[in-house]
Amino acid sequence: MRVAYFPGCVAKGNCPELNQSTHKIAPLLGIELIELTGAPCSGAGVLQAQNPVLADTYNAKTLALAEELDLPLMTVCSTCIGCLRKSNKKLSEDEGYRAEVNEVLKNGGHEYHGSVDVTHLLYVLIKEVGTENLRSMVKQPLTGLRVAPFYGCYILRPADVMGIDNPDNPTSLERVIEAVGATPVDYYGKTRCCGFPINLENEEAAFKMAGKHIGEAKDKGADCMVTPCPLCHMNLDLQQPSVSKVVGRKLDVPVFHLPQMIGLALGLAPKELGVAKHMVSTKDVLRQLGL
Amino acid sequence: MIQANLKVYRYDPQKDQEPHYDTYQVDGLPDFSTVLDALIKVREDIDGTLTMRCSCRSAVCGSCAFRVNGHAKLGCKTALSKLAPNGEEVCVEPMGNMKVVKDLVTDMEMFWDKIQQVKPWIETEGEPPDREYQVPHSKMVELQQPMNCVMCGACVSDCTVLEETSKFLAPAALAKAYRVVGDPRHAKSHEWLTELSEEGGIWDCTRCVECVQVCPKNVAPMDQIIKLRELAIDAGLTDNVGAKHVLHFTESVAHTGVLDERTLPIKAAGIGWAFRNAGIAIKATLKGKIKPLLPGTHPSVTEVQDVRRIHEELEVKKGTE
Repeated sequence: MRVAYFPGCVAKGNCPELNQSTHKIAPLLGIELIELTGAPCSGAGVLQAQNPVLADTYNAKTLALAEELDLPLMTVCSTCIGCLRKSNKKLSEDEGYRAEVNEVLKNGGHEYHGSVDVTHLLYVLIKEVGTENLRSMVKQPLTGLRVAPFYGCYILRPADVMGIDNPDNPTSLERVIEAVGATPVDYYGKTRCCGFPINLENEEAAFKMAGKHIGEAKDKGADCMVTPCPLCHMNLDLQQPSVSKVVGRKLDVPVFHLPQMIGLALGLAPKELGVAKHMVSTKDVLRQLGL
Repeated sequence: MIQANLKVYRYDPQKDQEPHYDTYQVDGLPDFSTVLDALIKVREDIDGTLTMRCSCRSAVCGSCAFRVNGHAKLGCKTALSKLAPNGEEVCVEPMGNMKVVKDLVTDMEMFWDKIQQVKPWIETEGEPPDREYQVPHSKMVELQQPMNCVMCGACVSDCTVLEETSKFLAPAALAKAYRVVGDPRHAKSHEWLTELSEEGGIWDCTRCVECVQVCPKNVAPMDQIIKLRELAIDAGLTDNVGAKHVLHFTESVAHTGVLDERTLPIKAAGIGWAFRNAGIAIKATLKGKIKPLLPGTHPSVTEVQDVRRIHEELEVKKGTE
């Protein structure tokens, strides 16, 4: 399938390994990525607090770019999918508001008609590629690896915007983990918040949130975690040494981006997937997999 | 007729050292029964010691909020046929973030204390009008959303920030604050917003959407908090990390179309943040994860001129409104 690819700021910034690994696995899965190089940031729920119409207009521009290609829009970020879907819902359901936003867009040569479906790599794997198909593509099953899923807030909530997986009891990440031969680890924190959005405002609370979930995953026997959200990855991995100090316990839990886990199972070399860029070493996991 | 299989949290602080769970099989429930219907049948027919709050059974009074399968819900609004269509076990626990009085009953003192802290009343100034105060219809329609709150506590139960810091005013009180501050009749908005911008206020929300998801009355507390943030920024209350975070974020995106995550924290949280995080930044740069902070290393979108135009047009428009 062809998708309008929206990597988002973090996959182009502090988590380049996410963009790298997405580009590596896409052709193997039969996904053609047409990158929306002109699309701005989704606002991440931050910009919305200064000027919600500005955030919706940026997102309308992104949606218009996908609509011009007549393609569904795919992100690799829980936050981006949430923000884009929220704007899309408003723009699709409220014709008056869409007209108001289009008045601004048209001066740049774009217009949005409300027809684009916004999705995420995780949901493309579930709905388009299919877990049975994915299972058949696996060359290096992650047998014996215990993986704790960490969803990220916006990919699940609120249900009236997302409406893809069950926010109370999601199963998509678990299904993908099983399809690549690994064992999902169930724990309460998997749908909770990593704390990243308030790292600057209330660092202690933010790091306690991250530390609690990493610790719970570890206590439940996880060898590693996997997340479809690069913002979560920044708190769970990049900040893990600081998080560890705040919660007063050694954590040392490697955290993979979703396409990195898929890539390993599809037989790609760890180096191609950028796992060495992580703050927490993935060497023990790779050794366990014989890589 | 359907069957409910309940696993219920039990704790009597006067008798029990630790909480435990009891399981109940409830037969002969009508197909449309709710979790609360099943709990009432347990209390009436099986175990009279089970303690819980409930009243209207119609999602109006807000008394019967529990955690059902780990998430706060009104027991009377949670249909068993949807939750457990094949008689699956349903776990019922007291709300989170609150002290348990007994079984499913929680101490709401903290909840009410926070509501009182935001001074949930309108204060006007000057002589009252000859007739009633008039508010535009569209504004009242908008304020209807926070007014729908039935004070059940579900949002406070599942608030992820409150789990880590008891200072946080939490979603219910902040939604109530917007109901007041957003009302054109209120004359003390600047004063209220100043207090709400302090530690534990609007900038401590992590925007996890839990409160929006669990609210049984569609109050969407997080959305009300975002509106308070906008009002605070519009009122010039920007000398705090939260507001600076937003302003520098918007500025960064307006400049290139892509957020520069390397400079945003320094601009918003100051040089102290940079020193505290220097070790991580250096390590991540050496690993090739973060680009060195040098000119020309931050990408731009190809339609950056259009992004700048949209920003300018809409910020000017907002400024004139």
